[in-house]
Formats: sequence, C-alpha cells, structure tokens
Amino acid sequence: MTFELLLQMFPIALMFSAPIILTALGGLFSERSGVVNIALEGIMMIGAFTGATVTVLLENSTPAAAWYGLLAGLLAGVVFSVLHAVASINLKADQVISGTALNILAGGLTVYLCQIIFHQQRTRAFSNGIQKFSVPGLSDIPVLGRMFFKEIYPTFYIAIAMVLITWFVVYKTPLGLRMRACGEHPQAAASMGIHVAKMRYFGVLVSGALGGLGGAVMVLTADIQYTLVSIHGTGFISLASLVFGKWNPFGVLGAGLFFGFSTALSFYAKDIKFLAGLPAEFFYILPYLLTIIALLFFAGKSVGPKAAGEIYDSGKR
Amino acid sequence: MSYIVEMLHITKDFPGIRANDDITLQIEEKSIHALLGENGAGKSTLMSILFGLYQPDGGSIRVRGKEVKISDPNVATSLGIGMVHQHFKLVHNFTVTENIILGMEPHKGPVIDIRSAENKVEEISKLYGLAVDPRAKIEDISVSMQQRVEILKMLFRDAEILIFDEPTAVLTPQEIHELMQIMRRLVEEGKTILLITHKLKEIKEVADVCTVLRRGKLVGTVPVADTDEERMAEMMVGRQVSFHVEKGPAKPGEELLRIENLNVKNVKGLLGVRNLSLSVRAGEVLGLCGIDGNGQTELVQAITGLTKIESGKIFLRNINIANLSIKERTDLGLGHIPEDRQKHGLVLDFTLGENFIIHNYYEKPFANWGILNKKAILENAERLIREFDVRSGQGAMTPARAMSGGNQQKAIVAREIDRSPDVFIVVQPTRGLDVGAIEYIHKRIIAERDRGKAILLVSLELDEIMDVSDRIAVIYNGEIVGIVDAAATTENELGLMMSGALRKMHTAPQAVHA
Amino acid sequence: MTTRREKIVLPLIAVLLGFVLGSLIVALTGRSPLAMYAAIVKGFSGIDILNGQPLNSRYIGEFIIQAMPIILTGLSFAFASRTGLFSIGAEGQLMIGSLSATTVALLVRAPTVIHLPLVLLAAILGGALWGAIPGFLKARYNVHEVVVTIMMNYIALHFNNFVILNIFGSVDRVKTAPFPATALLKSPFLESITRNSRLNWGFIPVILALLIFAFIINKTTFGYSLRAVGYNKEAARYAGMKVNRNIIASMAIAGAFAGLAGAVITVGTFNFGRVIQSAEGYGFDGIAVALVGGNEAFGILLAGMLFGGLKAAQPLMQSQGIPREIAGIIQASIVLFVAMKFGIKMVLDKFERKQAPTTEGDRV
Repeated sequence: MTFELLLQMFPIALMFSAPIILTALGGLFSERSGVVNIALEGIMMIGAFTGATVTVLLENSTPAAAWYGLLAGLLAGVVFSVLHAVASINLKADQVISGTALNILAGGLTVYLCQIIFHQQRTRAFSNGIQKFSVPGLSDIPVLGRMFFKEIYPTFYIAIAMVLITWFVVYKTPLGLRMRACGEHPQAAASMGIHVAKMRYFGVLVSGALGGLGGAVMVLTADIQYTLVSIHGTGFISLASLVFGKWNPFGVLGAGLFFGFSTALSFYAKDIKFLAGLPAEFFYILPYLLTIIALLFFAGKSVGPKAAGEIYDSGKR
Repeated sequence: MSYIVEMLHITKDFPGIRANDDITLQIEEKSIHALLGENGAGKSTLMSILFGLYQPDGGSIRVRGKEVKISDPNVATSLGIGMVHQHFKLVHNFTVTENIILGMEPHKGPVIDIRSAENKVEEISKLYGLAVDPRAKIEDISVSMQQRVEILKMLFRDAEILIFDEPTAVLTPQEIHELMQIMRRLVEEGKTILLITHKLKEIKEVADVCTVLRRGKLVGTVPVADTDEERMAEMMVGRQVSFHVEKGPAKPGEELLRIENLNVKNVKGLLGVRNLSLSVRAGEVLGLCGIDGNGQTELVQAITGLTKIESGKIFLRNINIANLSIKERTDLGLGHIPEDRQKHGLVLDFTLGENFIIHNYYEKPFANWGILNKKAILENAERLIREFDVRSGQGAMTPARAMSGGNQQKAIVAREIDRSPDVFIVVQPTRGLDVGAIEYIHKRIIAERDRGKAILLVSLELDEIMDVSDRIAVIYNGEIVGIVDAAATTENELGLMMSGALRKMHTAPQAVHA
Repeated sequence: MTTRREKIVLPLIAVLLGFVLGSLIVALTGRSPLAMYAAIVKGFSGIDILNGQPLNSRYIGEFIIQAMPIILTGLSFAFASRTGLFSIGAEGQLMIGSLSATTVALLVRAPTVIHLPLVLLAAILGGALWGAIPGFLKARYNVHEVVVTIMMNYIALHFNNFVILNIFGSVDRVKTAPFPATALLKSPFLESITRNSRLNWGFIPVILALLIFAFIINKTTFGYSLRAVGYNKEAARYAGMKVNRNIIASMAIAGAFAGLAGAVITVGTFNFGRVIQSAEGYGFDGIAVALVGGNEAFGILLAGMLFGGLKAAQPLMQSQGIPREIAGIIQASIVLFVAMKFGIKMVLDKFERKQAPTTEGDRV
C-alpha cells in the first residue's frame, strides 16, 4: 500500500521540484559570477504573475497559451533582474538589502497590476495550464513508467535539460571558466582581461530568466491563478537548495527533488498511517524547517564562490 | 640607445593624493631595471598604468618607439607586457593550467581543449626552467610554485616585458636566489624585466639600472654597479638612514614565558605546531623566524588564546595558561601586537579613543555600572596620543579608518605598551611601514626589553629579526629547528634552517627562577 | 560630503526618488498622482485638500497606531544591523510576540497593573526567544541569518495559526475570544480625544523602546561590545570579547523589540488573537524605517511616522481608484535607493569639486 502511494506521489513531487530546480540553477549562475541573488523570490513572483496573465489573456486565441505564458514569464524575469544587476553591479548596493527590496517591490508591483488589469488582487483563473502528458512507449514500463513517464508535466524535463546545459556551460566552456573566475577572484579575472561587470550582468540576467521561468512553471502547473502568496517562500527554498547542492548543478537537482518531495508529502500525509494524526500546519512548516536543517548541515562545510556578495570595485587593488 | 618602453611625464591622481607626479622612465631592452621606493612612493601605481589597470591623467607611453594607449590589460598583453603581482592573482580552486589559460582558452568548438592547454604549459615551463604541475590546484601548491604560475601566465601570452611587483616578499633566501637565476635566464632568452622592490640587497644582486621614486616624484635613475646601498637608501628616504637600531647588550633575567611540548592543529586539521618547546626571559628579545606557513600563526594563536591546543603547557611566570580565556591571559600580563593591524588590532569604525580602551572598556574609570564615562575615555586617549606621538586628523575622535598605517600601528603599540604586560608577543610589527615608523617601533621594542619585559618577536623580515633580536629561534614545519645568538649567526645559516636543511640547537640558557 | 550630512541627505534623496517613481507608475497606469498625494495628506491629518475638509484628529490617531509597530520593528532591524547582523526575522518575532501576548491575555486573571505588564513581558520574551534561535545558529554554526530568519517567519505564521485554531479555539476561524480589559493597552480616554480612532497607550512602550535603544547602543559597555563585534568580529575576539554570546544577545534583543510590536498590535490596536493568512509586512516596513532612519533612534522615529502615514493612507488611495499596493511599491523603491547609497554618493561627488591633495606619508 505504501509503495503504491510512493508511485502516486512521484509525479506530484517532480511537479513541485521543477520550479525549485530551475530557480536554483538561476541562482547558481548569479552566485558563481559573484552576485548574491536574494531576489529570486521576487523574480519568481514576477514570472508567475506574467505567466498567469499572458495565459489568461491568450486562452481564447490559442491552445498553446500556457507555453506563451512560460516564455513571457522567462522574459519578465530577465527584465526584472536588470534592476538587481544595476543596483548591485553599477551602483554598488549592498546585495542583500537590494535583493530584499526587490522581493517586496515584486509583491507590490504584481498585485498592483492585477488590480489594474483584473480589478482584483489576483489574476483571473485560467482554464488550462501546462498539460500533463505521457511519453509514448516509456510510460508503459512497469514501476519506472509510472514514476517518470506517465501523466507527468513536461516542465520537469525542461528542468532536467537545464541541469545538463548548466553543467556543460559552467564547467566545459571558456565562458563558464571566466564566469567562475569572476565569482572566486574578480581581481584575477580582471588582470587577465576579463570584463567582470559584463560577466556578472550575464549571471544575474540568466538568474532572472530561470527564476522567471521557474515562477511561471510553478503557477502554470500547480495552481490556477497568481496571488500574492503563490510563491510563499519557494524562491528562498531554491536559494537553500543552492547551498544544499554545493553550487553544483547535480547537487541542485538532488536538493530540488528533496524539497519537492517534502512539499508533496503534505498532500499524502493523511494516507500514511503514522503521519495522519499530525495537524495540517505541521506539513506547511515542514519545507521551511527542512531548509533550516539543510543549511545547518551544509553551511559550514560547503563553501560558495569566494567573492560572491563582495562589491567589486575596479578602482581598488 | 633603443628603449623598449618609455613612460614620459606620467601623472596620476587619486582622490586626495597625487600618486605619480611627472615621472619619466626609460627601459632598455634585455635589461633588468629596478624601481625602488618606499610603500606609497608610487611604484606600483606606475607599473599598473603600464599594465593597463589604470589610466594616466597626464603623459604618454611609448613601446618599441611607437606611442600607445594601454586602456586595459588586454592591450598590455597584446603589446607583450605582462605582470607578476605582489598579491598573486590566482583563483585558488582552479588548476595551474586553468589559471594560466584564463581569458585565452584554447578550444575545440564550444569546449575548452584542456589537453592541448596542458601540453603547451609543460612546453613553456621546460623552456624557461619553471617547474610546475599543470594539474595541481593552486590551493595545494607551495608559494614559490604559485609564483612560477604567475610568471608562466605571462610567458603563455608571449610577454616580452615582464613586470615583477615585490616578488621576494614571500620567499626564503634560497628561493630568492632561484628567482634571481630565473630572471637572468629570462633576460638571456631575450626578455626585459622591470623589478619593483624596496629591497636594496636584491637590486644590487641582479639589477642593471635603478630608478628611485619618493612620494610620487622621480628622484633619479642610477646604474646599479656604480651605486652603493647607502646611496640608494638615501635617495629612497631623503635623508641618511640608519639600518640598525641602537641597542646595548641584553641583560636577561628570570624566565617569564615557557612553552613545553606544545601541539596545535592548524585550519586543515593537521598539526601546525609539533612538540614545540621555547623559553623567553625577562629583558630579552627572542626573534622567531621562518617561512610563512610553518607554524608561526598557530603558535601565536595558541599562546594568546585564540586557538585551543591539543596538548602541552604554556607557562606565564609559573602559571599554566594553556586553557585560560584570552581575557584571563591578558589580565595575567600577556600582551599582543597582532599580525594584521586592520583585521585584528583595531576596529576601524571605532574612533581612536574607543580603540584605546578595547581591552578594559568595562573597568573603572572608563565605565561605571555598565555605563561608559566619555570624559575618562577622552582623557586617556589624549594622554596616549601625547606620549606616543600618534598622529591623526581629529585627535581622539578620529575614526581609526582615516589614520595612516604607521599611526594605526603606533596606536596599537601605544595601547599595548601602556598596559605594561610582562610578556609581549609582537607579530610583524613593521609590515607596510616607512623607514621612520620602523625606526620608532624598533626603538620602543628595545626600550621595553630594557625595562625587563620578555619579548617574542615573530617576523617574516629576516633583517628585522637579525637587527632587533638577542636570540633567534627558527621554526620549520611546526618545530624549532634552531636557536642561535643573533650576533653569532648569518642570513645564510638562518636561511638553511628556515628551509629545513640545517638544525642547530644552541644550549638553552639555565632557567632562572625568582 | 561629510558623513554627518550624508546621513541626512542621502535618505532624503532616496525618499524623494521613491515618491517620484511611485508617481510615475501611477501616472503610467492611468491614475492620478494628485489623488495619491491627497490621500497621503489625508491619511496623516484628515485634511482633505480636494474636498476642503479640515484637520481631523481621527486620522492622526490612526496614523500613529500604524506607525507604532513599525517603529518597533525598525528598532529591531536597526539593533541587529548596528551589531553587524542582517535580521529579516522581525515578522516572525512579531507573530510569536503576539501569540505570547494572546496566551497571557487569555490564560491569566489579574488586575490591570499586573496583567498588562505581564502581557508585554511575555511578548518581549517570546520575540527574544524567536530571535535568539537564528542568533545561536549563526554564532555556533555560522549559518547565515538571512535565509534562517525568513524560514522562521513562515514557521511562526503556521505555528501561530495552529495554536490559535487548536488550543485557544476560534468561532469564525479568524479570531479568538476577546481579551479581558485588564490585558489591553486600549484607552477610552485617548479614543475620545481622537474621535474614536484606535489610539492607545502603546505609544508609551514605543517611546521607552526608542530611549532604551539609544541608551544601550551609545552609552553602555554592553553596546560598546556589541558594536565592536558588529564592526570587526575578529578584532573583538582578539581583544577577548565573547563574540558568540554577543551575537546571540544582539539577535535576542532585536527579537524583543519585534515581539513588543506584536503586543502593541494585539492588545492595542485589536483586543483578540488572530489567525494570520499571510505575512502582513511589518518586518519589511521595519527594514525600510531603519534604513531611512540611518539606524539611529531619532531617525527611526521620523521614518516610522513617514511610513506609518503612508500605510494609513492606503484605504484612502484604494477608494480613489489607486491600488493600495502603490504604497508598498514606493516603500520598496525607497529602500532600493537607500541601498544604492554608494552609487548615489558617487554621482553626487562628481558634482562636487575634488578635494585638494593632502600630503601622505605612508599608506597601508
């Protein structure tokens, strides 16, 4: 009985994992280039809002509305992250304060626009988000088929693809080498002729794209509309996944799956005997508690990019 | 006379200071040209301009006769100019090869071709005699290998004009020798070398020409063979300089600090100090010398209480302080002038007055019932400023950050001496200071010695150790490998001990108990 | 520009820029910035410049109660900040303070002179505990306090709801039974002189908190050691200070301020415990207040009143057709601009003349 439950839980857990993995990969690019991005939460909100809005508005014109929504969310994330880039890189703001302000700004801006467009503090519900599908052939494999290939959201595969692409770019290409140098020792990179500010812009904008995509994925697969609480801390959980995953794409994949499962657990708890007695709030708290525990075990041991969070001043030596 | 590089009438300003004031420098091809000056004289700035890290506010640069504008390091590299920095610019968790190819990576399509990169690195390293392991990570290799990587970075880019910025600060005497040989070999292979330094001995050993800067201005350019060290020092400082502190013979008394069989772990979890024993008596200066990273830091931290020890005893007079807190040790008479004045010695965002009371801010008269007594704090600060001639813009209210390095150090020295500890641990007290400040601090150390204090002087500057100490202990790989009289030893002997090639234990003086 | 002037001018510029940006957004989305400013003025004072209504003390009372909790959460952030810590946990500490106050209000029977102080004390201790936890994790395990405090905020929210719904019980799943009058900061007297606003005695603890904040930081040895640890942990350690203890103490005190804010809301503005749907933003408001106020007591008082007025004006804006979220947008922009102070300073310095070169003996 419990095994059956596990099989049922898998696709749901993968659904919850996808946005976390995508956003955490975005954070990876940003931090590896040297910019701490606390604003992932806000970027996800912007992506979610844009994704939901575009989907609702295009619903009646095209069956692929939700996919346009994903694209729109990605682009909106890029635009929003420009603010963080300008503040942190050009204007030398404290990256944590700037990120925190952007999170609040995102919340205010998205609900403000909901009021303007939909005359309520949320978007109108859309009828069709991203649809589940089954991979032909593979979905018939016993056990594995039901876990990974049957009635699954394609967004999970997008996330996996991004993990592989990230690994390749960061570790195998000259661009990745230079970006990592900017995050570890920007003065060294500069002395080799690398334009540190440009690299960091790249890192932040990619985090905007992936975070925006992650937010859009979240609302278009797990929800029917965008509200102020749609993201409820998932951006920070993604940040924790980054630490948990030691700033490595495959580590991030593992951490994202872990958090996805813990979120899915709250839906299946009543069916699991020894968990059924616990109050609903326990499961709401669980992901956040696990995040703290994860940081506890991994904060001391794992070391992020050495120069992440430090203001790079090309005038100093 | 064909000059390969000419820097003509260069001027460079930073906020509040003119770092280079109308400097003209002409470098001959295939020579070793030294740039001499104190800290802050402007030599690093000038070379940074040549390497494209800064832009001059006035003047021009010519390379191989043609006027050029070096707007960034890429342009400098394309002109064949390369720089080995004083503080290495190496990414600690990249490999040797990755650091060398950064920015110029050989590639097959979108992927870095690491194989061909490693081959080229091996080729160049063999050609110039610079032994490195292409696959090793920077954080795992020795300092002198790291320096070779810095040199290879330039040679990989076909640099012909190599700038060395204070290259010997981190090397043993033997390694310095090796570096000099490498420089001569590079010149034989057709390179031109610019050597930034304040070490006169090295200039005499290897340079052909020397240009002297002082406070941003050009003092003169002299042929090294015809100029002696005294003359160069005078040009550098502007007056006659005495290199040796005046001191009478030491009159050592009772043993005040004894360390027995000390074992301390370092940050990597290995033993940084092994079974170490040492003794310092009242009225003497024991100098501790060794290459950076051989256990000095761990030893000092163990004595002062910043690190827990594995085993052993540390006696201050007759009390074992090995497990006491920092506060308890300072209260018992242990004083400490830390290695990094900005990181450990001062709170830069506090005022001078607040920094003076950092050990005893909670005691009378500075505080009563937990409330600070601003008047008493001010009076104390003014007294110390007077006695120790600490200079600052706004007196006791100056933020420590705004003070010059020399005065910051004077403030720390003032604070620590004023507490009159019996045992003084003094680490790198004159790092980054000009000759005047160095003279002053050495004088005060000797003065404290003559008042009967026991002083452990830890320094990476051999000259300082040899000049100020009465006895010298050499630390290598966490152990004391030699204890000698300062007057009886030579730099060569110390160098051999520092690199582990020689052991020489002077018979320990009889401990004299009260 | 001297540091003195910097502390005043830069926040003012940030405030100005924030309002300019807000006006721009309002105008670009087809609403009237004038209506927004009119709503703000009315929110502070009751004066309606569009309809010609005079000063109305009800609005003044309401704006003061909006300012009170965010002054306290501002003190919370500022205290942690002065000691080198970045605490975003005021939101959760406030909720735990509020929960503690609710507990003592409902479970204890005593005359006002005992009950009320106990309620406040419970809130302070609850907040302090909630702050000490991330402080401990930071001091002992070097876990960065930013993500931990944010997680603790969410945990506090759900924990609060769990206790309210399951332990104290709620008829409408929104609030508990009303508190006995002995537990309240409410004052019929104050209400009567402000035309039935919700003004209450809470302003007394707030003023005391401001004084205590300034006193601790500037005049005590405790404050000295906290500042030393905050400015330079290593140097403080070298001087023999107990760094870990200071970090925990600092976070606990910051939590105490926020916990008190919870009490001021629960037994001052309201008189019952509440189920909280989502974070109400007092924590972030506190950050804005602290940053604009330069982390100093007097600045926090002024900034708290500014942002309090902005909050009070929100329903007025909404009724003018301007989405109330514009207040949050303005506030977030102001914080962003304050964060960019180095950049703004750079721009300002370009307009000022360069200083004359000074002589320089040696440089570090």
